[in-house]
Amino acid sequence: MNFYFFASPATFFRLAGATAPLLFVAALLSGLAGLYLGLFVAPTDAQQGEVYRVIFIHVPAAWMSMFIYFVMACYGVMTLAFNTRLAAMMARALAPTGALFTFVALWTGAFWGRPTWGTYWVWDARLTSELVLFFLYLGFMALANAFEDPRRGDRASALLAIIGVVNLPIIYFSVQWWNTLHQGSSVSFKGSSMHVTMLWGMLLMAFSFWMYAAGAALVRCRTLILNRERRTRWVRALS
Amino acid sequence: MAAAPRLEGRGLACSRGMATLFRDVSFVLDAGEWLAIRGANGSGKTTLLRCVAGLTHVDAGSIARSGDFLYAGHLPAINDDLDAGENLRALLALRGIEPAADAVAGALDRVGLAKRRMLPARRLSAGQRRRIGLARLALDPAPIWILDEPLTALDADGEALFSGLLGAHVRGGGLALVATHHDLAPAPTRELRMPAPERLSRGGA
Amino acid sequence: MNVVAEPRAIDAPQGSFGAGFAWAFARDLMLARRHPGETVLVVSFYALVASLFPLGVGAEPQLLARIGPGIIWVCALLAAFLSLPSLFATDFADGMLEQMALSPQPMPSWIAGKIAAHWMASGLPLTVLSPLLGLQYGLDGATLGTLAMALALGTPILSLLGAACSALTLGARGGGMLLALLALPLFVPVLIFGAGAAEAAASGLSAAPHLSLLGAGLILAAMAVPFAIAAAIRIALD
Repeated sequence: MNFYFFASPATFFRLAGATAPLLFVAALLSGLAGLYLGLFVAPTDAQQGEVYRVIFIHVPAAWMSMFIYFVMACYGVMTLAFNTRLAAMMARALAPTGALFTFVALWTGAFWGRPTWGTYWVWDARLTSELVLFFLYLGFMALANAFEDPRRGDRASALLAIIGVVNLPIIYFSVQWWNTLHQGSSVSFKGSSMHVTMLWGMLLMAFSFWMYAAGAALVRCRTLILNRERRTRWVRALS
Repeated sequence: MAAAPRLEGRGLACSRGMATLFRDVSFVLDAGEWLAIRGANGSGKTTLLRCVAGLTHVDAGSIARSGDFLYAGHLPAINDDLDAGENLRALLALRGIEPAADAVAGALDRVGLAKRRMLPARRLSAGQRRRIGLARLALDPAPIWILDEPLTALDADGEALFSGLLGAHVRGGGLALVATHHDLAPAPTRELRMPAPERLSRGGA
Repeated sequence: MNVVAEPRAIDAPQGSFGAGFAWAFARDLMLARRHPGETVLVVSFYALVASLFPLGVGAEPQLLARIGPGIIWVCALLAAFLSLPSLFATDFADGMLEQMALSPQPMPSWIAGKIAAHWMASGLPLTVLSPLLGLQYGLDGATLGTLAMALALGTPILSLLGAACSALTLGARGGGMLLALLALPLFVPVLIFGAGAAEAAASGLSAAPHLSLLGAGLILAAMAVPFAIAAAIRIALD
C-alpha cells in the first residue's frame, strides 16, 4: 500500500471512525487504573498531605501539552513538505486538545498552590512555561482561522508551529533560569523520593491522556474533513 | 551562446479553496511569439499567470522556462513615497539591472512622464503609475514577459505605447504571455481561452 | 527603440546576497527618512508608557530602581512591537513584495536588509533613549550601560522574530491583536535575559552570561529567521 493511500481523506475518515472508539476505551481503562493508583494506593505525602495527589493530573497534563505541540509541529513539517491537506487538518484537530491540557495543567497547578503556598498562582518555572505555551496554542488556532483561504491558514499555522517548537525549549530554559534567579517557589516534589506507585500512577494517567488526545483529535479531524471536502462525491454519498 | 527563450506549460491545474479554477491547461511559446489569454472574470487568468511566474503553486502539471522573465501583475509595485525615477530604478535594481541615468530619463520621457519625474508617486494618477511600468518594460531586457491586464488604467495613448513596446519586444525575439480582453496590435500568435468557472466542479475522493 | 541597459546573457541572472541586502536596506532607510513620523511615534510611545508606571506603582526610589530595568524592557518590547505591522504591509499592498519574491536576489537577503533598516528606525532609537529613561528610574551608571548593551543586542532579535510573525499574518483578519498573540510569547526569552542583564549589573554581578546568551541568540536568529520569513512570504503570496 503506498503512502498516499492513507493520505486520502476518504480512507482516513473510515479508519479514524473505526479507531476512535477503541482509543477512548483505552483512555477510560488506563485512566481509571491511574486514578485508582493515585487516589487510593499511593501513600500520603509527609509534608503536603493529600493535596499532593493533584500531581496525578497536573504532571501528565503538562507532559501531554508539550508532547502534543511537538506532534503538531511534526504535522506542520509534513504540511509544508508534502503539501497534504490531511496533515494540516490533524494539526488543527490536535490544537484544542493541547490547549485543554495546558489549561488543565495551569488550573491544577493553582489548586495545588493554594493549600500549599497560600496563593493561587505561583510564578514557578513550569507554570510560567505552561502559560506561555497556552498562548502559543491560542496563537496557532487564531492564525489557522484568520484567513479566507483555509489552505493559507493550514500553511501559515504549520510554519508557526515549527517556529514555536524551536522556541519552546528556549522559552522553557529561559523561564527555568529566571525562576532560579528569583528564587521562586516550585510546584514539585522536594525532599521525599518518588514512590514507585506514584510514578506508575502518573505514567498510567499520561497514557490515558494520550489515548484521549488521539481519540479526540481523530473525531475532530473527521469533522474537519467533512467540512473541507463537503463538495466531493464521497462526502455527498454519505448523507 | 545562450538558448533561445521558450515558455511551456503542460497539463496545468489549480484550485483555490473548494473551487477548481482550471484543469489541463497547456501552451507553448517560442521566441517571437505572444499568447493572449482570454476568459471571463473569475476564470483563473490571474492565477494561471501567477502559477507560470512561480508565485502560486500548481496542483498538477509542469512548467518549463528557458530564459529570464519579468512579471507584471495587477498591483503596479509602485511605492507612493518614491518618485517615478526612483521607482523605476528600484524595479530594475531588484532584477539586477543598473541603467544609465539618461536611459531612465529617456524611458520616462518616452512614456510621457518627463514633467512629472520628480513628483512622489502618490501625486500621479493611476494611469501615470502604470506608465512607469511601461518604462520598466522598455528598459528591462528580459526576453519573457508575463503580463496581467497590462492596459489597466491606460488611456488610448498609453495603449498605443504598450502596443509599440510589445511589437518591438516580439520582433526582437522575445515572447510574451498576456492576459487581456483587448484586441492588441500586433495580433497574438495564439489565443488561450479559459473555460468559465461554473463548468468546473470538484470531483473525486 | 531606446537605449537598453548593458546586454546580459538571457539565462536567469544570478543575484547575490550582498546586492539584495544593500538594495533593500538602502531603499527602506530612504523611505524611513521620508517618514520620520513613524520613528517619532515609536519613541514617544516608549517614553510615555515608561512614564506611566511610576504613576501606577508610586515613586518610591528604591522600588523604581528595583523594577526599572524590567519596566524599560517591557516598554521597549511594546514599542518595537508597535512598529512591526508596517514592515511588510506597504510592500504587500502595492505589489512590491511579489516583485521582490521573483527577483534573482535570494529572498533572505532582501528580507535581512529590510529588517536591518527597520531596526535602525525603531530598535536603535529605543536603545539610544534607554539611558534617559533609566535616569528617570534612578538607575546607576553601570546599570544604564548594561541596559543599553542588552537592548542593543536584544532589539534586533525582537525585530527578527516580530518580522516573522508579521510575515505570517500578512492579509490576515485580526490585525494587530493577532500579531501580538503570536509575537509576544516568542519575545519572552529576550525579555528574561535582557532585563536579567541589567538587574545583574544593578546587583553588582557580572552581566556577561546574559549578554553572551543574547549575542548568541542574535547570531542564530539573524542566520535562521530570514529563511523562515522567506517561507512565510511565499505562503502569503501563494
